[in-house]
Amino acid sequence: MNIHEYQAKAILRKHGVPVPDGHVCYNGASAREWAKRLGEGPWVVKAQIHAGGRGKGGGVKLARTADEVKQTARDMLGMVLRTHQTGPDGKVVTRVLVENGCNIDRELYVSLVVDRGSSKVTVMASTEGGMDIEEVAAKTPEKIFTEAIDPLVGLAPFQCRKIALSLGLKGKLAGKAVKVLEGLYNTFIACDCAMLEINPLVVTKEENLLALDAKFGFDDNAIFRHPNLGDMRDFDEEDPNEIEASQHDLSYVSLNGNIGCLVNGAGLAMATMDIIKFSGGEPANFLDVGGGATIERVTEAFKLILSDENVKGIFVNIFGGIMKCDVIATGVIAAARQVELTVPLVVRLEGTNVEIGKKMLADSGLNIVAADGMADGARKIVAAVQGGK
Amino acid sequence: MSIMIDSTTRVITQGITGATGLFHAQGARDYGTLMVGGVTPGKGGSTVDGFPVYDTVQEAVAKTGATASVIYVPPPFAADSIMEAIDAGLELVCCITEGIPVLDMVKVKQYLVGKKTRLVGPNCPGVITPGQCKIGIMPGYIHTPGKVGVVSRSGTLTYEAVWQLTNIGLGQSTCVGIGGDPVNGTSHIDCLKLFEEDPETEAVIMIGEIGGSAEEDAARFVKENMTKPVAAYIAGVTAPPGKRMGHAGAIISGGKGTATEKVAVLRECGISVADSPADMAQALLKVYKPK
Repeated sequence: MNIHEYQAKAILRKHGVPVPDGHVCYNGASAREWAKRLGEGPWVVKAQIHAGGRGKGGGVKLARTADEVKQTARDMLGMVLRTHQTGPDGKVVTRVLVENGCNIDRELYVSLVVDRGSSKVTVMASTEGGMDIEEVAAKTPEKIFTEAIDPLVGLAPFQCRKIALSLGLKGKLAGKAVKVLEGLYNTFIACDCAMLEINPLVVTKEENLLALDAKFGFDDNAIFRHPNLGDMRDFDEEDPNEIEASQHDLSYVSLNGNIGCLVNGAGLAMATMDIIKFSGGEPANFLDVGGGATIERVTEAFKLILSDENVKGIFVNIFGGIMKCDVIATGVIAAARQVELTVPLVVRLEGTNVEIGKKMLADSGLNIVAADGMADGARKIVAAVQGGK
Repeated sequence: MSIMIDSTTRVITQGITGATGLFHAQGARDYGTLMVGGVTPGKGGSTVDGFPVYDTVQEAVAKTGATASVIYVPPPFAADSIMEAIDAGLELVCCITEGIPVLDMVKVKQYLVGKKTRLVGPNCPGVITPGQCKIGIMPGYIHTPGKVGVVSRSGTLTYEAVWQLTNIGLGQSTCVGIGGDPVNGTSHIDCLKLFEEDPETEAVIMIGEIGGSAEEDAARFVKENMTKPVAAYIAGVTAPPGKRMGHAGAIISGGKGTATEKVAVLRECGISVADSPADMAQALLKVYKPK
């Protein structure tokens, strides 16, 4: 789950991480009011969407007067912002953050992630703030300083001092950096983050540190511990099909192809997408129905797949294992009837009672093609979809 | 021989009074596994379908002589259950539970340091030594006793590989599902090491997926340390960046962890990589001639 910048900054503020004073606004008039309340100006007006690269797309603008804040906010609200992370369709801006500007001396980078290699929360810091960290890692990896944190001890002050030094922060600024880093680590743990990135963390001309932008990635597995975070979810920023899927405990990701996939197990679901591509087709989605392919879940899955109008055929690939194939076949037939399936359907079943399952599919009177193995299934669905062109 | 488990392994089920725990405990017992009891806090002293139930893992170990446990406890409590099993000194703990918060696993991983327990999982199908012992949720009948080791991050994709092997007459020594989470107990390399040392294992199939760099590390390990032939498949060639593909660990972040990148490194290290998931057993036959 992701949140907006203004929400991220509110969380950071609560944990003692300094951020510019600001407020979220939904129209030009309130942007003007808030600007006057916040200070003397200049102010920065920032479009709130869940994607990076906003500055280049015209989503971050400086305003010198309160009237300019109003006009800028008006221009920004309702506009479609396209950045390298939004995709070609872009995102509609429905809210802006108005905040006080600051005198930037230099820009730093700090993030915390769960590092898979060490299995520890790790701080990454760099003097190259404001840039894509992936780019820094590729071109000048020596400019990234990392420090792994013992989960049973937490982020120790000496580690913070090491990180501060690596960022060239000395004297009073080093002391301030320790506080910022401790605040970030506390935020990370308190919110069950998977990723927390401050880019840039700025040093102001007045020798203060400020988190100028903030990006949170929450651990979806831990959301149950944070009911308040759920309230921050902005459904407008998510794919409607993916929201629908999550409500039925289906794991779904939409893609650009025309062959819908319905699979049990995440690994097999990925492999099914791959084999469709390998056979000359394009998958329309990733969809894992989980271990129990019940009639309800398969029906919901079919509905989801068919709500994508690009879908010209469906490939069901189920390795039953514990589940019996006749039970799965019952589910597939009932679901296909319920949604009045019109596109070609290829079903590959494996597992206990596979012969009974295949016979049921053949006898159903529905236009279902049975496949022997996933390679055969992929070939058949690709042929069916391309033949239908 | 085999790795991790054999016909002498004595297994308890943590979360045995839940529907899933009981169902799979029965399945494992039917397969021939020595399922010696279970643990559910607050239900000690009772029995469920012939399995004695204990309040704590420590008590279960003392009464049954268990050497391994399998965990079906719900995600909010699963990390605690893993640590309880480690504390009780079990040799092997398989955690099937999917959806454990990653920061819980970070703590568990640190708690494991210096302990004798091997943790497999979480979010995995378990471990099976065909014909001897099945710990987990995999369907037993697709397996055949034999000499090919299988290690995988994915459940159903492991079944796919095993089924392909069985269909061409190649049995398996042991199959290990290490799980799809970013922080887990046993790595590909841990399993490769065990397979290399196991006299009964002659070849290995390794199944990986997008995200992280565990497959690349494993490939370098194979090149430097393994004498036995290895074949592999990496799922997720078509996965878009930045999207989590079901498994919490299966995500391409910052352009890193793509399948293409992994396949290239695996091939450089002399591993026979299947382009199609339907050809995993065939990829093995390119480098392994069964006696």
